[in-house]
Amino acid sequence: MGNSWLTFQPEKASSFAGQVDALFYVITALTIFFTAAVGITILILVNKYKRGKKADRSNPVHDHQLIEAIWTFTPLVMALAIFVWSTNMYIHMRTMPKHSYEAYVIGKQWMWHIQHPNGIRENNELTVPAGQPVKLTMISQDVIHAFYVPAFRSQYHVVPGRYTSMWFTPTKPGSYHIFCNMLCGTQHSEMVGKVNVLSPKDFAAWLDKSGNRFTETPKTLAQAGEQLFNDMRCGTCHGVENTERGPSLHNLLGSTRVFTNGATQVADEDYLRESMIDPFARITKGYSNTMPVYVYKKQINEEQIRNIIEYIKSLGTTKPASSQPAPAGLR
Amino acid sequence: MSDVIIGTGKGTAVGAPQPDPNTPRVNYLNVSHTLSSWLLTKDHKRIAMLYLFSISIFFAVGGAAAGMVRAELMFPRGSLLQSEGYNRMFTAHGVIMIFFFLLVAIPAVFGNFLIPLMIGARDLAFPRLNLLSWYLYMIAGTLGVTAMLFGGVDVGWTFYTPLSSMYSNGQVTIAILAAFLAGFSSIATAVNFIATIHKMRAPGMTWDKLPLYVWGHYATSVIIILGTPVVAMTLLLVVLERTFGIGFFSPELGGDPVLFQHMFWFYSHPAVYIMILPGFSVISEIIACFSRKKIFGYHFVAYSSMAIAGLGFLVWGHHMYVSSQSMYQGTVFSLLSFLVAIPSAVKVFNWCATMYKGSVWLASPMIYAISFLGLFVIGGLTGMYLAAMATDVHLTATYFIVAHFHYVMVGGTVTAFMGALHFWWPKMTGKMYPENIARYNALIVFIGFNLTFLPQFVAGYLGMPRRYHYYPAEYQPWMILSTTGSTVLGFGMIVPVFYLLWSLKKGKDAGPNPWGAKGLEWETESPPDPHNFHHIPVVTAPVYDYDAEAEERELQGEN
Repeated sequence: MGNSWLTFQPEKASSFAGQVDALFYVITALTIFFTAAVGITILILVNKYKRGKKADRSNPVHDHQLIEAIWTFTPLVMALAIFVWSTNMYIHMRTMPKHSYEAYVIGKQWMWHIQHPNGIRENNELTVPAGQPVKLTMISQDVIHAFYVPAFRSQYHVVPGRYTSMWFTPTKPGSYHIFCNMLCGTQHSEMVGKVNVLSPKDFAAWLDKSGNRFTETPKTLAQAGEQLFNDMRCGTCHGVENTERGPSLHNLLGSTRVFTNGATQVADEDYLRESMIDPFARITKGYSNTMPVYVYKKQINEEQIRNIIEYIKSLGTTKPASSQPAPAGLR
Repeated sequence: MSDVIIGTGKGTAVGAPQPDPNTPRVNYLNVSHTLSSWLLTKDHKRIAMLYLFSISIFFAVGGAAAGMVRAELMFPRGSLLQSEGYNRMFTAHGVIMIFFFLLVAIPAVFGNFLIPLMIGARDLAFPRLNLLSWYLYMIAGTLGVTAMLFGGVDVGWTFYTPLSSMYSNGQVTIAILAAFLAGFSSIATAVNFIATIHKMRAPGMTWDKLPLYVWGHYATSVIIILGTPVVAMTLLLVVLERTFGIGFFSPELGGDPVLFQHMFWFYSHPAVYIMILPGFSVISEIIACFSRKKIFGYHFVAYSSMAIAGLGFLVWGHHMYVSSQSMYQGTVFSLLSFLVAIPSAVKVFNWCATMYKGSVWLASPMIYAISFLGLFVIGGLTGMYLAAMATDVHLTATYFIVAHFHYVMVGGTVTAFMGALHFWWPKMTGKMYPENIARYNALIVFIGFNLTFLPQFVAGYLGMPRRYHYYPAEYQPWMILSTTGSTVLGFGMIVPVFYLLWSLKKGKDAGPNPWGAKGLEWETESPPDPHNFHHIPVVTAPVYDYDAEAEERELQGEN
């Protein structure tokens, strides 16, 4: 594909592609069938009952309950079947896998910035292994973007102010389009890039070799976060144990927080992020509003927030009290 | 022709004074020729003509913007425009076509003109409000077009935050105020229609005898009144955030950008039905007339409009399957979206069945109506791909969706508008246009339309994003096909301007009822008298009281 002048089919490069295409073709078959049925019916009726042409026009029918019922319920049943099929598939696509390779995406006018857990960074390129689920955790630094990889049949919005996620399992090594698919300003159509899918062996080599790009030894995201944490003197208040001034960040992620107003929430990444840029939004019970505000975009950016979250993650996480983890789509 | 709707007369208005045959009859057009008689008119028919004139101009401007977009897309890196200019151009196309054409066109032109005539009233309930709505529309349209063509707005017609509220440098505020004013104009028209339909029906014109045209406009008016205030508020919130930095949608100010999408689509999905229901109602009239049959399943068609009006408010989330809405919400919206498709399907089947045992006359309005059926079926069925969440994830915001809504909005509403224009032009002007040219032109429009938008389905499935100025070369063949089609379509849209204007001067007199149609509007003169009816008619006959068999007997007996 790609060589012929006219292509009718997008490349299939993820485990979703075949499933989505199957549904696509079934709906296409229904669309063609019903369009043809209506078209042919009209042509037959127009031809048979053309003005001035002899035809049996006696006892015209103006109402027929049974016929109305048939052509109400036939499309209804068909629509419900498509609905069930599609919804199952969508829930699968939106339920994040338990074990996956994770990468972090930051969208900004007009580029994609990718962070790998081991500290490798890419711009407008995302390198991933084939045959393994890949999860992206995404956030925008300005307006809404959409991370769209047509060959994966996969797309999700990248929103400022909250983390969104998507996943896919690439199946075929190669290089595929990334499009920003949400109008994001003047150079929207230039906010494009490539997903490079490598075989597992090549990917392992890439992870090693890409370290050479850096003059110093690359830091993992967590290490970079730890350095930032120390540089900004966060540890003065947030130590291994809770202090008078601030709660400990050890085993914070996943623990249930109780706030001064009595509300509770399981600490997730969005909560950690909010606590950095707007700490007074919800204050943990027993503390007061003493933390400096690292105002959004002014003192720390999304990349640094990500690093600190990875560092906090490395300090241990708590399994949520409810044993069933909430699906990522439920927010 | 023994069945008459007015108890005592047919064709010519009842009890008309018979003046000297050499002096032309006084009608709403020639009653006065001064400019102020037009600009201060309270006659619903004159206001309809004011709307027809102004809407045509906005349609031409919006079409020119589309022409620029299509020309630019002939090449993967088009060079007629910079990216900023390109973004402004498709925004201008979308805003003008939606806010100043599609939402307004059929109700404000043909609804205004026909609703009083169809129900046997002398005017709408609130003639001054009617005139006010035109002025609001003109202020809105002028403001909007000026902002977009001379200042520039580059955020798309959807005004998504925080791009529109915090980041864009264009004349967003003025464009939003224009949309806001246009909304008030719509609300004024809708209030007027509802009051008129409830209170001013002629004696004997029960709800069961209302033409489906009136039913469709009634349902539309209900949606306008319930939905428009929501988008008006939402847009004002964007202005407040943009101008005064009061945070509603921008996370930097403590707002939620996705909240905007919920509020925007809560109106803007029903707005799709504001655009298409009047089209449905036109098609019902045309198909009944040119099949010489009562619409099959009259009550199903009438109530399906009301079902669409109600369900249409509950499906907005299908625009947001990939925008961080929860997947359980998405599931509910998907189910309801599949359900809302059913009443539309029922309508199509009923229209087709109407032709059974009818007497089908392929006049130009009927050709438009039939092409409406074909295009709307494709538009409706391709909606399934987008109601289904799994396929929507891939197709949303690509050219697939562009093709889908153009099939509904252009293949549907614009085709219906053209059908209405050809059907009621003789009534509105008293003149006939060259029928053969009109019929061939209807075919040109049909072919041009399909050539423009079928390739876009493929480009979208291949993953080409909408609103892309530069695009990868692999999509170019489809863009060339589409631009070629749009040239044909544009030609088909310009031709009627010439033959309709020609008909005003040289066209044959139409007479009161050139199509042999039923309905009170055809019982008036063409063009109608300033006050429509000399005596308020009393309706005794059923609605769509056609008899195809008797008419064919008469026709074939003559030969």
